[in-house]
Amino acid sequence: MKIVTIIRQVPDAEARVRVDNGQVALSGAAWVLDGMDEYGVEQALRLRDEGHEVEILALALGPAGTEDALRTALAMGADRAHLLETDLSLDVLATAQSLASVIQCEQADLVFVGGKQADWDSAALGAALAELLGWSFSDWTTSFTVNGQDLTVRHDSDAGSETLHLSLPSVISTQQGLNDPRYPTLPNIMKAKRKELTREPMTSQDSKTEVVGRDLEQREREGRILQGDATQAAQELASMLKEVGR
Amino acid sequence: MSQPILVWFDAQGDQPSRPALQAVQVARQVAAETGRPLVAVAAAQAADVAARYVPSVLRIDTELVNQDRHVRALQTAFESQGASMLIMAGTRSAQAILPRVALRVDGAFLEDVLQLEVSSGGTQAVRLSQLQRIRETLRTTAERVVVSVKIGAFEPAEPAAETGTVTPLLIEMEASDERVRVERELAESANSVSLDEAGVVIAGGRGLGSAEAFQQLLAPLAHRLGGAIGATRAAVDAGWRPYEEQIGQTGKTVAPDVYLALGVSGAVQHLSGMRRSRLVVAINQDADAPIFKHCDVGIVGDVHQVVPALLDALA
Repeated sequence: MKIVTIIRQVPDAEARVRVDNGQVALSGAAWVLDGMDEYGVEQALRLRDEGHEVEILALALGPAGTEDALRTALAMGADRAHLLETDLSLDVLATAQSLASVIQCEQADLVFVGGKQADWDSAALGAALAELLGWSFSDWTTSFTVNGQDLTVRHDSDAGSETLHLSLPSVISTQQGLNDPRYPTLPNIMKAKRKELTREPMTSQDSKTEVVGRDLEQREREGRILQGDATQAAQELASMLKEVGR
Repeated sequence: MSQPILVWFDAQGDQPSRPALQAVQVARQVAAETGRPLVAVAAAQAADVAARYVPSVLRIDTELVNQDRHVRALQTAFESQGASMLIMAGTRSAQAILPRVALRVDGAFLEDVLQLEVSSGGTQAVRLSQLQRIRETLRTTAERVVVSVKIGAFEPAEPAAETGTVTPLLIEMEASDERVRVERELAESANSVSLDEAGVVIAGGRGLGSAEAFQQLLAPLAHRLGGAIGATRAAVDAGWRPYEEQIGQTGKTVAPDVYLALGVSGAVQHLSGMRRSRLVVAINQDADAPIFKHCDVGIVGDVHQVVPALLDALA
């Protein structure tokens, strides 16, 4: 089975964001493999650990520096990596189009992709990939078992969780709860440096949407700390809550 | 062609869903700005409720038991009406369905918008990125646009003066629409109001210390305030609450009138799920917890003391 895990490199959540000349500027930011994407890499590795014969390709679209996140995936245990290199910021549907054509060329059976990446706050990539590939899809997946060509997964829906039965080929969007991603060990980090990482320049710009402005989202909060002991503070809060009409 | 604005409408029994009403509000505004007709698309059980809000309703009698069927239904509605825009509340299922509809109709996709404006020059929208810390203004000149509306960003629409007409819309499913079989299960959550709908959300974090504390402190408070219980990732990871209740980057985004954060430290990932709440109240023992920088009202104290006192004061 050939598995593609989609990798996106995002600013570490602790980074402070600003807007500088209409661009997002980050101070003290480490760029990391998106946490949601790690679950997919881990799930692919678990299939191997369970004895399935799998080939795992880590695939990313982004600037040259995205190589770091791909190396992390390789250090976790992916077999090889491929980068569609571009400095353009494509929208999510255009990104999916470029990634889908690589996945088709690779003749993969299964794609893992993070449920929502922390840079663009978009949850659309997995669904868009499934649509473009014409494959079955499970979003926000929290458990995953494979039996031949058949998959049984649990995923979160609007009201709660559901079990889905689907068949390969499939796109699975991953999230917390699916597994505990492993940390790359030092020997594996060393080994990852010698693994195959291919690059391909990506020049097409098919985005239908364009970002024309950015501002810091600010919400003024009063930050008023109620004084007094627990009872006094609770009483004051209760009267405020009653005032809000509840 | 009249190029109508379509809006997906949803209801539970006789009650319209609150997120759907927020989507109707946006759709009405766009219809008024563009002079285009407004048409709702609804499953059979929601069509009559939709007609109280929207002048024209397309009723889908086929059961939309999985996402593939839902995508097909919306695609059919879009194409058969020669629509210019489809608007739907940004629920979890919308996140999975709408990008696919956008691709099928060769349209642009605007995700989780806070503002939407259509003019002769195109469509402009505002959405958040970078863990909800940056406001992005997006523009598209595409003729067909699919929009998900951020839950809580708009006021719910009021009923219309006149009841609309309901017309059935035949959907022809294809074999590929049957490939995912769904086993529905009862939600594990004990919430009587869903997090998407709740006007009050009471969220608990690591500071609560146990699953029992949620039962003893949050449940009565949720009951008293008519709210829904939410949880931070730490509380969910500890097994105290089900994933369905998680608020944050992983999990749900909520924007209630009142957000009570109990024993919540205020990690960036959690804040990204509640930033747009109207009134934020934090109760935490640790005066240095980041949540106090993001609240309107704070109490520095032990939740095990403050919450019982609060329940007494509310009684």
